[in-house]
Amino acid sequence: MTPSSPNWAIDVHGLNKSFGDKHVVNDVTIQVEAGRICGFLGPNGSGKTTTLRMLCGLLTPDSGSGQALGFDIIREAEAVKLRTGYMTQKFSLYEDLTIAENLQFTARVYGLDRRRERVDKALERLGLASRRGQLAGTLSGGWKQRLALATATLHEPKLLLLDEPTAGVDPKARRTFWDEIHALAAEGLTVLVSTHYMDEAERCHEIAYISYGRLIARGTAAQVIAASGLITFHGEGPGADKLGHALSKAPGVETAAAFGAAIHVSGSDRAALEAAILPYRREPYRWSEVPPTLEDVFIQLMGRSQDNIP
Amino acid sequence: MIGLSLNRVLAVLIKEFKQLTRDRVTYAMMLAIPVVQLTLFGYAINSDPRHLPTAVLAQEDSRYARSLVSALKNSDYFDFVAQARSPAELDEMIRRGEVQFAVTIPGDFSRRVARGDQAQLLVEADATDPSATSGAVAALAALPDQALAHDLTGALAMRGQAVKPFEVIVHRRYNPEAITAYNIVPGLLGIILSLTLVMMTALSVTRETERGTMETLLATPLEPLEVMAGKLAPYVMVGLVQTAIILAMAATLFHVPMSGGWLGLSAGIGLFITGSLALGFLISTVARSQLQAMQMSFFYILPSILLSGFMFPFRGMPAWAQWIGEAIPVTHFLRVVRGSLLKGQGIGDQWRELAALGAFVCVVTALAMARYRRTLD
Repeated sequence: MTPSSPNWAIDVHGLNKSFGDKHVVNDVTIQVEAGRICGFLGPNGSGKTTTLRMLCGLLTPDSGSGQALGFDIIREAEAVKLRTGYMTQKFSLYEDLTIAENLQFTARVYGLDRRRERVDKALERLGLASRRGQLAGTLSGGWKQRLALATATLHEPKLLLLDEPTAGVDPKARRTFWDEIHALAAEGLTVLVSTHYMDEAERCHEIAYISYGRLIARGTAAQVIAASGLITFHGEGPGADKLGHALSKAPGVETAAAFGAAIHVSGSDRAALEAAILPYRREPYRWSEVPPTLEDVFIQLMGRSQDNIP
Repeated sequence: MIGLSLNRVLAVLIKEFKQLTRDRVTYAMMLAIPVVQLTLFGYAINSDPRHLPTAVLAQEDSRYARSLVSALKNSDYFDFVAQARSPAELDEMIRRGEVQFAVTIPGDFSRRVARGDQAQLLVEADATDPSATSGAVAALAALPDQALAHDLTGALAMRGQAVKPFEVIVHRRYNPEAITAYNIVPGLLGIILSLTLVMMTALSVTRETERGTMETLLATPLEPLEVMAGKLAPYVMVGLVQTAIILAMAATLFHVPMSGGWLGLSAGIGLFITGSLALGFLISTVARSQLQAMQMSFFYILPSILLSGFMFPFRGMPAWAQWIGEAIPVTHFLRVVRGSLLKGQGIGDQWRELAALGAFVCVVTALAMARYRRTLD
């Protein structure tokens, strides 16, 4: 990052959105530098989708302001739309059109020139050139997502908004998908991607964590972990994973979660945490302090804020 | 036998019932449809219409003429709404459909009655819908015996009992043989177009919303009018093909007269197809699921069939039902189609119906545009 004069692709302040009496997005401020991948995290119902929809003009914020790609997100929503690719949470291409037809439709809607060439190129890039005549509905989950990504980027947007693009997709397909996202970012595209997967969060340049409609953590993965002030102990040995229930009730323990046969116990008060695990500092258990993972941090963050059940 | 469990049936039953009550529109429709059906069938529909608008051309002003008019009135079938001054004016009134009957009392009527010289009363009926006129025509049979009963005295009265003082000549105009198909087949054009076009387009936006493609569509630079025009254009083709098929079959299989009025007919078809599509689009912006869209379309189709004059004579309905009927585009479209094919009406005779269709198109399109959301708010 260049703190001197950052070139913000997304620069929005104090966004608010309510549905009825539910305050879904509460004073959210997000800045993402051009060409970077920002992971957008938070529990279900925390306002991630609503925020993404406000950024691409699908929803009008109740208050707040800002710019995307230098255009006002409210007054110049049309200009933002033209330069933004948006991929919805649910597969939302036409299942009864073929792969090629879906791409051609998008190409026409955006009034693209050299349509045939662009569609062919996208199919080539996807590796779907030989299956161009296949109905989109018959693709597997991973391929569907890659097709949706190809469609969302067909008009060469400068900003890409992805709403949980890899939910329900197998690990190999997820990796391929993320390789493509990184390739796109390398070409200068800015990406804001919401996800629940920690490995994906770690693949982002930076992270924004939203909970209960509020942005509560921002920065690189390392910054977020450091800012959490979390201390984590790793316990192993036969039956260590079964200590979770007892430990989570102990004072000073904020989270205790089993990882296979091992357990991670985290808290922000070192003295209290050590006191809590003291009774178990005996055979057959072995304890060691480890750097907290992003997941430890997020579970702690989630535990602190009330889940906003939709 | 495989073990059937009442409890498991109950589980499905309870779930089904809960889902049913949760869909408020479906629930409302299930209750509203019988109420609407019963009201329409029970109160609005009358296959023996009375008080039909009638024009009279009295070529003599005599006691007999006045007695005739009041006898016709007393039969309850005829309401005299206009006095024509010439045969041409009378003809125009019946061609335009302003009146159902045109009565001509010839200039020598009294003289011939007095002389017992085959006096005639001419009654022309607009028989495009045979069922609308049959009751009234039947009632005319009793007219010669009663109409002049009080006027004929002395020798004339004696004669009146032996031979009838005059005869009634009935002309069933536009459909002299009272062939029902002449009325039903052109009417079907309106019903079939409504059925397919309204229902098909009612699903168009709802389908996108249900499948989630709407969100993608909204995130593109597409304007509402572009979406509407693009979505509806294919159905305009469907409508035109259907029209061609129906008209071709009407002419070849049913020998429905094709009397002309092509300009008005074309304008009517164009407006009606556009209006039906716009209405379908409007429904699809209101309905939240494809099921609801289907039900709303059905709710529109029902009065289109019952209150438009398609199945039952329009003039047989009470005033309130006629008001509802006037608000339904099928009513006006039927008049244009029947008027063109059977009566050879010119565009000058049809401008009212065409204007009504045009107004419907404008209002519904404006509503649909206003309802179409360019955001998900």
